[in-house]
Amino acid sequence: MVSRFKEALDSGKFVVTSEVAPPKGTNLEKMQHHIDLLKDKVDGINITDHQSSAMRFPSLGGCLAVLESGGEAIMQMTCRDRNRIALEADLLFAYSRGVRNILCLTGDAVVVGDHKEAKGVFDLDSLQLIHTIHTLADGEDLGGNALDGAVEFCVGAIVTPEARPQEPQLIKFEKKVEAGAEFFQTQAIYDLDNFKKFMDYARKFKTKILAGIVLLSSARMARYMTANVPGIFVPQDLLDEMSAVPKEEMLAKGIEIAGRTIAALKKDKLCDGVHIMAIGREETVPDILAAAGM
Amino acid sequence: MKSMTSQKPIEEIQRLLEGLDKVFIVGCGTCTTLTNTGGVEQVAEMKEKLQEMGKWLTGTVIIPTACDDMTDVAMKENEPAIRSADCVLSMSCALGVHRMTLYLDIPVIPAVNTLFIGVEETPGFFREACAQCGECLLGETAGICPITACHKGLVNGPCGGTNNGKCEVDSEKDCAWTLIYNRLKEQGRLDLMYQYKSPRNHHVTLKPRSMKIS
Repeated sequence: MVSRFKEALDSGKFVVTSEVAPPKGTNLEKMQHHIDLLKDKVDGINITDHQSSAMRFPSLGGCLAVLESGGEAIMQMTCRDRNRIALEADLLFAYSRGVRNILCLTGDAVVVGDHKEAKGVFDLDSLQLIHTIHTLADGEDLGGNALDGAVEFCVGAIVTPEARPQEPQLIKFEKKVEAGAEFFQTQAIYDLDNFKKFMDYARKFKTKILAGIVLLSSARMARYMTANVPGIFVPQDLLDEMSAVPKEEMLAKGIEIAGRTIAALKKDKLCDGVHIMAIGREETVPDILAAAGM
Repeated sequence: MKSMTSQKPIEEIQRLLEGLDKVFIVGCGTCTTLTNTGGVEQVAEMKEKLQEMGKWLTGTVIIPTACDDMTDVAMKENEPAIRSADCVLSMSCALGVHRMTLYLDIPVIPAVNTLFIGVEETPGFFREACAQCGECLLGETAGICPITACHKGLVNGPCGGTNNGKCEVDSEKDCAWTLIYNRLKEQGRLDLMYQYKSPRNHHVTLKPRSMKIS
């Protein structure tokens, strides 16, 4: 069984992925609802891995739910909570159960989450995790031992086009490409001129780039992200546009902005697709796609 | 270079001293003197607090450097007072506690928490500079250690939490990889940053680490 997501990437179509967060607890209804809502509308559903270092139902469990629902899962895997033995083992298990796509992340620091005294592992980093997956695909583990049955994943990573300073991030991007990252989902981008500059650079490398689209749900949220989230900058004209509408219409405005950003990226073929992060408002993703004319 | 410490809360010290009524206090003339956690003044303050708790102080001493072999001499010089105590309350760092337990049979109770080995970067500001990992990377990282200076100990470049050259966990702290990048660029050695670093060996020397010098 090959990765349907990889087939979509290789087909040259404008690829759309989105993401779903597992619950804090064993009530899977909301997660399942979001999976059902998205599975036929996107080419892959990321399941987050204890995002923002908050303990939740595991990414692998969410991915199995996606597969059981007939969707295509992209398993987010961070290096924060597991050493190389546990990461390798989870990759074997995920593969055995049909997961075919992995997004490799270093992971947020433990102290930003809800288990502030836990040990941050970081035995591997995102780059070493990409290498690890390719090592497992070659039939060996990191200890140099032969595997009885290898893995075959479509391997992805992330990049922050608007990081400040930018060049150290680009060096790491190049190392990830070199290590075999077949696709990238970017941190949220809002300034299309800046993104175009990034793509002029990124096009030199043999990998696929999905632009990160984070839904602006309110003017306050947009200002907060610009002030606090590393590598996210909402330009003043978008902040003004959000602020100009009444509070109850801000979400609709955010959907409109996300939709027209996607439409512009697609029309000008700026990148290979988009990764839509609606952050707690997953039910709006179909509306965003409709606003994008998709 | 100093062993950095912070005083334990007095409630914790009281709990650690339960059932130990006669106490001999040891301070250190080196690191805990500098950090104001176990020098002359802090030992005198601790003595008062313990007396208020109803403890009986058999004596106090400030050892010049509690972690070296002079501790043996200090223990011998104060033997009668130490022998009549139920325990020693150490206001040196943990290295001093270890040294004292080589010579004493009675419990040695730490009154401070040992935090890290710090280098004084600017007057009064200490930073952890070496994690003693056993695989020194400084020759490839422009003299800035990513194991200690990066919150996550990343060896292959910055994470996505770099924020205008600062770290996502502390907006006052420089991103180690921004510093490394800047300095490698100045040195014309940015090619080093493009190199892939394999996963680290966490057992260069087996824990508990030791070494015999012949």
